[in-house]
Amino acid sequence: MSRSFFARNPSVLWFILILAVFTLAVTLLSDAYGVAFVSTSFVKTLGKTLCLCLVALAMDLIWGYAGILSLGHMAFFALGGYMLGMWLMYARTEEIVVAALAEGVLPATAEEIRQGIATQIFGVVGASELPPIWVFAHGFWLQLALVVAVPGVLALVFGWLAFRARVTGVYLSILTQAMTLALALYLFQNDSGLRGNNGLSGLQNLPGLGDVSQDRLSVWFLWASAAALGLGYALLAWVVSGKFGSVIRAIRDDEQRVRFLGYTVEGYKLFVFSLTAVIAALAGALYYPQAGIINPAELAPIASIYLAVWVAIGGRGRLYGAVIGAAFVTLVSSWFTGGRVPDLPLGFYTVQWVDWWSVVLGLSFVAVTLFAPKGLAGLFDLWQGLRAPNRRGAPLGPDDGALMEREARE
Amino acid sequence: MSALLEVSGVSVSFDGFRAINNLSFSIGPAELRAIIGPNGAGKTTFMDIVTGKTRPDAGTVTFGDRPLSLLSMTEAQIARAGVGRKFQRPTVFEDQTVHENLIMALRAPRSPWRVLFWREGAQDRANVAALAEEVGLSDALARKAGELSHGQKQWLEIGMLLAQEPRLLLVDEPAAGMTLAEREHTTRLLVEMAKTRAVVVVEHDMDFVRRLDCKVTVLHEGAVLAEGSLDHVTRNQQVIDVYLGRG
Repeated sequence: MSRSFFARNPSVLWFILILAVFTLAVTLLSDAYGVAFVSTSFVKTLGKTLCLCLVALAMDLIWGYAGILSLGHMAFFALGGYMLGMWLMYARTEEIVVAALAEGVLPATAEEIRQGIATQIFGVVGASELPPIWVFAHGFWLQLALVVAVPGVLALVFGWLAFRARVTGVYLSILTQAMTLALALYLFQNDSGLRGNNGLSGLQNLPGLGDVSQDRLSVWFLWASAAALGLGYALLAWVVSGKFGSVIRAIRDDEQRVRFLGYTVEGYKLFVFSLTAVIAALAGALYYPQAGIINPAELAPIASIYLAVWVAIGGRGRLYGAVIGAAFVTLVSSWFTGGRVPDLPLGFYTVQWVDWWSVVLGLSFVAVTLFAPKGLAGLFDLWQGLRAPNRRGAPLGPDDGALMEREARE
Repeated sequence: MSALLEVSGVSVSFDGFRAINNLSFSIGPAELRAIIGPNGAGKTTFMDIVTGKTRPDAGTVTFGDRPLSLLSMTEAQIARAGVGRKFQRPTVFEDQTVHENLIMALRAPRSPWRVLFWREGAQDRANVAALAEEVGLSDALARKAGELSHGQKQWLEIGMLLAQEPRLLLVDEPAAGMTLAEREHTTRLLVEMAKTRAVVVVEHDMDFVRRLDCKVTVLHEGAVLAEGSLDHVTRNQQVIDVYLGRG
């Protein structure tokens, strides 16, 4: 038991290795740095998928390990995107406004620039003043701090109220859905200060990097997303590997018993809820610059339900399961909904996959829940089972190959 | 000798039903006590009150040398103050190994932050090994608790209680579902534990109580009916009427 962290958690090294090979392969096949086999838009899709894998990891920690089915984590994801998006949009607009005013005879005053930015960004919702929540938008580091702070504080307050009142199970899931919906409805208003249903756009253009092509930016974001996913995986593997992991799994299985062991269950739930909210927010902050646009529809309750579906299909309760689920389902989903799958003519009816994909996804969710609760990651067990059959029980004799006790009984 | 746990004038009702009615009870710091009583006498509710699961409508519950009121504390705080509880049905974490179960129960800081950075040291391993030895699970440390037999799960739970190093132990029907040999082992262990701490055993089985050879409290309709040695209470006419006489 004195072996190193990596020896006890071989999946971490494997994961990072596979992720590195994948990233290198995509880089070598990209337009900017390789043989131009993979299009820039597909590099962006892959980069976004890595971000979704990261938020799925967070979901697995809170649902698969701690047993809290939160249906609100995509709200934290979107909030992270909004917070970084504010800086991206402000700084980018500032560049444009400064360039436009530079053509004038008199040098532009700071007030003129500020006014110009406000009109540019908020003209679309009929306002010409920057709302107070944009006060930090000029500073990258300030706004990056808000990426962590805003979802983190929201999760702390919401979690404190919900867990202290001992809301559990399906009631908690409903509460988190309500939170997501309320937040989305608020952001849809024009006077919410975040451009209502227009959302924030043009996020793919990085301030100060106007002359760097999207081909290269897309690969940079792929690297950043891969690094974040690798770090997130290692961090969460460390979190669940020790006694902390034991305690949260125990809370999932019998929280009353954990209380009688002297652990403050509410404190642990709050910790996990807030930690995963922050991870989701960071994933969102990396996702939306690749998507280019964020609007309140991203906070729709269905987004968080999809997140739960990915984790369930991938296999909850183990970290790589969540990643497999998110990657597999989102990629297959974008294939089906992209209209590239041929229609299926049944004679009396033609199945168009763009419309029928949700049904397929729903049925596979039900099928996985009923027949393969371990999800896709359960296939690894099958594979390992082939190598070392599960003979059940402890060895009867000291030699390798001795009968196992339960095997002997059968 | 001052009492470790002092319950006085406690009442609680559920939807008008008086589960506990002006109950008073006290136990010293190193004492073994059996609580007996017919079904519905309030034995489990009594334990729920002491461990903080149920809040009484009236009365006081104090614990420790500098008496703490348990009524304003959460279950987790009460457990940390030194009250351990063993349930009737063995409740261990079946998805985790015996080792992990014991590690979780070991006396150590309980806050999320401290637990996150906690790493197992040589002393912890030695403690776990000693506990496993005591409850006869040395060979099963790496096995999932769910694979254990019913009796072994009972033992694991007792081991987890010992690991918590409680000053007061509440044990609900420890002998249920045990073989004769396991019962004897349990008896020995309970008597041994009561030399250094207070142990309250709730039990139906009169033979088992006789074997414990300790002071007995008889509960009936949420109040104490009689208290004393087993022979003393079994001679009490009221006790015979409500409980023993029916047999």
